[in-house]
Amino acid sequence: MNGNTYLYILVMAGVTYLIRLIPLILMRKEIKNVYVKSFLYYVPYVTLAVMTFPSILGATASIWSAWAGFITALILAYRGNSLFKVSILACLSVFVFEFFLL
Amino acid sequence: MSSYITPWKKGVKDGIPIALGYFAVSFTFGIMAKNAGLTPFQAVFMSATNLTSAGQFGALALIGTSAPYIEMALTQLIINLRYCLMSSSLSQKFDAGSFFPHRFLVAFGITDEIFGVSVYREGKLNPFYNYGLMSISIPGWVLGTFCGVVSGGILPGRIISALSIALYGMFIAVIVPPAKGNKLLTGIILLSMTLSLLFAKISIFSQISQGFKIIILTVLIAGIAAFLFPVREGANER
Repeated sequence: MNGNTYLYILVMAGVTYLIRLIPLILMRKEIKNVYVKSFLYYVPYVTLAVMTFPSILGATASIWSAWAGFITALILAYRGNSLFKVSILACLSVFVFEFFLL
Repeated sequence: MSSYITPWKKGVKDGIPIALGYFAVSFTFGIMAKNAGLTPFQAVFMSATNLTSAGQFGALALIGTSAPYIEMALTQLIINLRYCLMSSSLSQKFDAGSFFPHRFLVAFGITDEIFGVSVYREGKLNPFYNYGLMSISIPGWVLGTFCGVVSGGILPGRIISALSIALYGMFIAVIVPPAKGNKLLTGIILLSMTLSLLFAKISIFSQISQGFKIIILTVLIAGIAAFLFPVREGANER
């Protein structure tokens, strides 16, 4: 470990920021192309679904408490609860599950 | 006045689960950063300037082996390229004219979670909503890192374990309600999760990094869906 750690951090920060910034700067006008519009409309659903599953099953101390949290979140979200409520109650169900069953 | 304050407050409120989830993840990051030999200041500095989980975890290994800087740059590019897709998607949510300087600030806060929450706001996106999300979630990320570095053993494992699901709970809260009663979106979400599971389980694919997997599946599934089911005018306002 040496003083270059800061240079590493600045390199990674610079690259990561540019990845985030460039599309926002270049795509300032509303896109008219139906295909591109549709693609961008579907992007978040696919991205978030892929990020959630199956990673969620490995997030907690056991796969079973993760399932408990996952199912809790699905039910509460389906019923239209707020982000905060869904998220906190998913955490709580994991905690309760692990507390009593592990 | 209220066109700044109200969306900012709403952003702070929606950012609370993000901050809790970030705390849990960055706490783990802090512990690993300490093991990798970073000082508390370096770890906190990395979290405050990068704001990216997978990228930071990946960086620890590279710093540990004194990798060339170009390798660090390329690794971050690959791991974080998904933000490029997210920024593109989000760019369509902002007003074309009035918003230019804000784009530089909002860009800094584009993470999986902030993107996930802000892209589903009804109508055009107010940058102050994003600032609200950022002003609670960034401190959560930085504070978690700090606590992880200086006090790895203080928080009980059960709490960390429970908080670790917060981010996923939030993703679910974001994608499930619009899919309710919408067979097409439900199908796309189920297909995405199934293919994601296959990518994780089949050995040829399981070596692909998480960041790349997200890009491949997003381009593939959203690309085919856009071809087969183009969105009608006005339907993608939300």
